[in-house]
Amino acid sequence: MNEERYHKLRDIIQIYLPEDVSVTDISEKSHFTNELNINSAHLVDIILDVEDAFDIMLENEDMEQMQTVGDALDIIETKLSKK
Amino acid sequence: MNRRVVITGLGVCAPNGVGLEEFADSLQHGKSGIRFQARLRELNFGCQIAGEPLIRDNLVHHYFTPLQLRGLNASGVVYGVIAGSDAWKDAGLKPRDLDKPDWESGIVFGTGILGVDKFRESIHLVDDHKVRRLGSTTVLQTMASGISAYLGGILGCGNQVTTNSSACTTGTEAVLMAYDRIASGKAERMLAGSCSDSGPYVWGGFDAMRILPRQYNDTPTQGSRPLSASAAGFVPGSGAGALVLESLESAKARGARIYAEVLGGAVNSGGQRAGGSMTAPNNEAVQRCIVQAIAQAGIQKQDVDVINGHLTATAKDPIEIRNWSLALEREGSEFPYVNAFKSLFGHCLAAAGSIECVGALLQFQNQCLFGNSNCDDLHPEVSSSVDPARIPVKTIPYSPKIIAKASFGFGDVNACVIFRAFND
Repeated sequence: MNEERYHKLRDIIQIYLPEDVSVTDISEKSHFTNELNINSAHLVDIILDVEDAFDIMLENEDMEQMQTVGDALDIIETKLSKK
Repeated sequence: MNRRVVITGLGVCAPNGVGLEEFADSLQHGKSGIRFQARLRELNFGCQIAGEPLIRDNLVHHYFTPLQLRGLNASGVVYGVIAGSDAWKDAGLKPRDLDKPDWESGIVFGTGILGVDKFRESIHLVDDHKVRRLGSTTVLQTMASGISAYLGGILGCGNQVTTNSSACTTGTEAVLMAYDRIASGKAERMLAGSCSDSGPYVWGGFDAMRILPRQYNDTPTQGSRPLSASAAGFVPGSGAGALVLESLESAKARGARIYAEVLGGAVNSGGQRAGGSMTAPNNEAVQRCIVQAIAQAGIQKQDVDVINGHLTATAKDPIEIRNWSLALEREGSEFPYVNAFKSLFGHCLAAAGSIECVGALLQFQNQCLFGNSNCDDLHPEVSSSVDPARIPVKTIPYSPKIIAKASFGFGDVNACVIFRAFND
């Protein structure tokens, strides 16, 4: 796992966490809505932040696949490798 | 069932004061919140002055979470949340815990248009084929009821949570809607208020109508001149005001501080008939609204000792005074004292009624009558029917007993609410 990318992503996710979830609860396996309890409406914003931070563009199917933090890292990696 | 209703909390985000203390101090000492707006000059506005609340950078962090602040570009939401949260706190109430709403508390928080800057941002993105970049809060920031929705979530209110809209009558109408809900036993506490966005996209239409003053760009604090012979149009403004209305039983049970009692009031429309139009009031309707408010409040016409006018600083001010005079059947030195608060912060449009209600109520607490600025040269039609001493230009010590506050709006709509010094 690329540590730098992971930290960048964690910083993005952090702001969307509800009050009762802490940043230390985030791991590569965390499910965005089921485990981190992120409001599903905010997944849309996380995707936009990811696009800005990594200078990539995600397609609808990428968004559907992005269930966990690990999924997001995989998608980011794929996109970056195609640049 | 008609229960007694009192005011137990106030909050304000006004051009001349954010927070009750600063606002009261400004009204007390005649400090204006009207300033030159470089952006309006840049955009070739005729009127380049406005009343806009000054929000310190770090202040919003006390009211919004970092997540709520992300992409927040709706000034009305910021003003409304500050005023509404402050009023709730001022009433000694706390936001509900996360598990359960307060079923007995509701919100009527009006606006004319919300999140104009956010809407503009979205229009550009959509036109640029980037609809997917709008994010998740564009709808929440631009729907009219966004303001009551934000406040409802922050406070955890479980009763009616809604937004009313009736142009410049909005704020005063919200107070009466909240009053009705409590008086009829449908709620114990209601947060009533209104907000209005800042900026050229809100004010532009009024500039285009040529109803804003154009000759005070270099002397902004003199620009808003209600009741004056040299009144040249209203100075646009923005902000929010908020009031907590509560059943007397609930207020007493909590040991809450009571600012005043709401005796009732009336709303009506002139139907855009008999001289009334989209932009001008039907005078008979205005008079009926005042008379009905007095009847509904169960007082006599001579009981009103202060009127808090709509008085925007257009040519209509002398007509408004005549309407009050005919409705109350009083003139000369028998005329009530007059508040024309817009002289200090302009016309805050949908927020005007609620900001002015907050100012009116502070007079009970501060035992004074706030002075009116920029009316040393009273319009002759005003001075011929009202003793100028009834329109003080400086704040004077006074114990108001009954204040009648009226607001009028485009679409020929009117509202008048009656406040009384609390007396158990």
